Amino acid sequence: MVVEFPFTRSLGPVQSAFLTGLRERTLLGVRTEAGRVLVPPVEYDPETAAELSELVELPTTGTVTTWAWNPEPRPGQPLATPFAWVLVRPDGADTALLHALDAPGPDAVRTGMRVRIRWAAERGGAITDIACFEPYEATDAPEAAAPHDGGFADPVTGIVAHARLDYTYSPGRAQTRYLQGLSERRTVGERCPSCAKVYVPPRGACPTCGVATTDRVEVGPRGTVTTYCIVNIKAKNLDIEVPYVYAHIALDGAGLALHGRIGGIPYDQVRMGLRVEPVWSEGGRYPDHYRPTGEPDADYDTYKELL
Amino acid sequence: MSREVAIVAFAQTDHTRRTDELSEVEMVMPVLHEVLRQTGLKTSDIGFTCSGSSDYLAGRAFSFTMALDGVGAWPPISESHVEMDGAWALYEAWVKLLTGEADTALVYSYGKSSPGSVRDVLTRQLDPYYVAPLWPDSVALAALQARALIDAGDTDEPALARIAARSRQDAAANPHAQLPGARPQGEHVVAPLRTGDCPPIGDGAAAVILAAGDRARELCARPAWITGMDHRIEAHSLGVRDLTDSPSTRLAAERAGAFERPVDTAELHAPFTSQEVVLRKALGLGDDVRVNPSGGALAANPVMAAGLIRIGEAAARIHRGTSDRALAHATSGPCLQQNLVAVLEGDSHE
Repeated sequence: MVVEFPFTRSLGPVQSAFLTGLRERTLLGVRTEAGRVLVPPVEYDPETAAELSELVELPTTGTVTTWAWNPEPRPGQPLATPFAWVLVRPDGADTALLHALDAPGPDAVRTGMRVRIRWAAERGGAITDIACFEPYEATDAPEAAAPHDGGFADPVTGIVAHARLDYTYSPGRAQTRYLQGLSERRTVGERCPSCAKVYVPPRGACPTCGVATTDRVEVGPRGTVTTYCIVNIKAKNLDIEVPYVYAHIALDGAGLALHGRIGGIPYDQVRMGLRVEPVWSEGGRYPDHYRPTGEPDADYDTYKELL
Repeated sequence: MSREVAIVAFAQTDHTRRTDELSEVEMVMPVLHEVLRQTGLKTSDIGFTCSGSSDYLAGRAFSFTMALDGVGAWPPISESHVEMDGAWALYEAWVKLLTGEADTALVYSYGKSSPGSVRDVLTRQLDPYYVAPLWPDSVALAALQARALIDAGDTDEPALARIAARSRQDAAANPHAQLPGARPQGEHVVAPLRTGDCPPIGDGAAAVILAAGDRARELCARPAWITGMDHRIEAHSLGVRDLTDSPSTRLAAERAGAFERPVDTAELHAPFTSQEVVLRKALGLGDDVRVNPSGGALAANPVMAAGLIRIGEAAARIHRGTSDRALAHATSGPCLQQNLVAVLEGDSHE
């Protein structure tokens, strides 16, 4: 199971100037009322909450304040070869920036060592425009921070924060049994030992009684439409012609309705009480849709508790 | 403070590397039933229910609503959730009881780290502009803190190894622990932290029942009275913090009254050995205080439950009469970013 979310985030004036600056190979900090220079810059003073806007340009050299040797880089990290995570205090700044340091091995890294920015070849206004830091043993005195108005042509106003996480989902005891049943084209619910309600699909617990559901009960395959709606807007990537009917279907023996699409009948003839049965497609892991059985409609009293 | 509130019951799962055979609600339900059994309460007797968990661990939105099935939420209950460790859910429940809006509360939390890669998952709680795009994992950030401590002369690798060994040794007496007994310290994961300096990755859940005043005395022979609780947060940017100290922990402890009289026990939520060094320093704990007799998070670290377990373990020692005044600490976020301190006391022995 993959969860991906490319969040689009807008930037405030200070973040915009900082990230645009990185694109232009310019390192910016922000000065607080107390005269401290914060890098990376923030819009509000972490100590006083005062709004900050006085940007300063800093040299691209700095000093390692702490570090950690990463022998096995993980996906998405700045370097694919072993590297040091570092907090670097840029010259002229009072705080440190987290990034990677490209070094041949842990013996080549120490707190207090001098480093400089290695810019990424392609930059678009993101913290990754700094490819990494690299050792820099020049002895010339670092330049001081200089005022900067934060103005750039074509400023970056947003970032897309890509995130991808991979999961191996394990559905647990009850849902595993349910899925096993579906693979045999059977629908298996579970009964609450306390209130006797049959849950389909079962999740392992009766949400009313707060106890484990344990007895397996095969329900359906036929059922009754308890309520429905007519879908008139085509969903993206959905290969079903509109309008179509989406319904709540109480399978025979089930204590609550599940939902499914109704086919095999014109959309405007679907009704509450319609008796339906599942239609499986070749290789389908669950019913593709439900169609009328041709039986007389169910009496309202037989399903009114399941609405 | 006008109202007395106590922890009257605590239960936790056995913590294991994987629980593939269980869904979250299936994992949580036994501990919910266990705390109810200890007190003789039914769900319908509980005034307020609060839980802690994380959708990022579950890989699914609103995952806590599924776990709520294990409580029995009909007739409708008064319920809340925090997307944090259950220790913060306990804080919310404590406030609810202090206001007099409820007399009892059920607090639970759970985490299944096994479906995903927790080192990567936790990067998603970081600043999305400047930090998260670099994917610095939880061990890397803890290792930066460990190096800062070593550079400051607060610890060294052998001292960290002794913390690891003591924790796992203590966990040998904890039937729920994931890593009981001696372990090799292992290779560097992210230097200076070795395998032994890092918490196990695993799944687990915990539950606690709180009660106020005489209700607590009815439900528990020796209630663990919460005499104070407070939580504080550091500035979010790691580079503006002194990583060798935890002023937020110290302030929370001060506000919770921890320094008014000595404690005999401290359950510290320190998933990494180096974090115990920071916390001991911030709290001024001497060698006379029993630290993490349960083995702590180095022996079992179900994310989102490990902090609540610290409070539960401290309370359980008071219930058993092996502690009279205990400090419990929970943390969340990178490098001890957020910290909660609770002070628990038992009625004096007669």
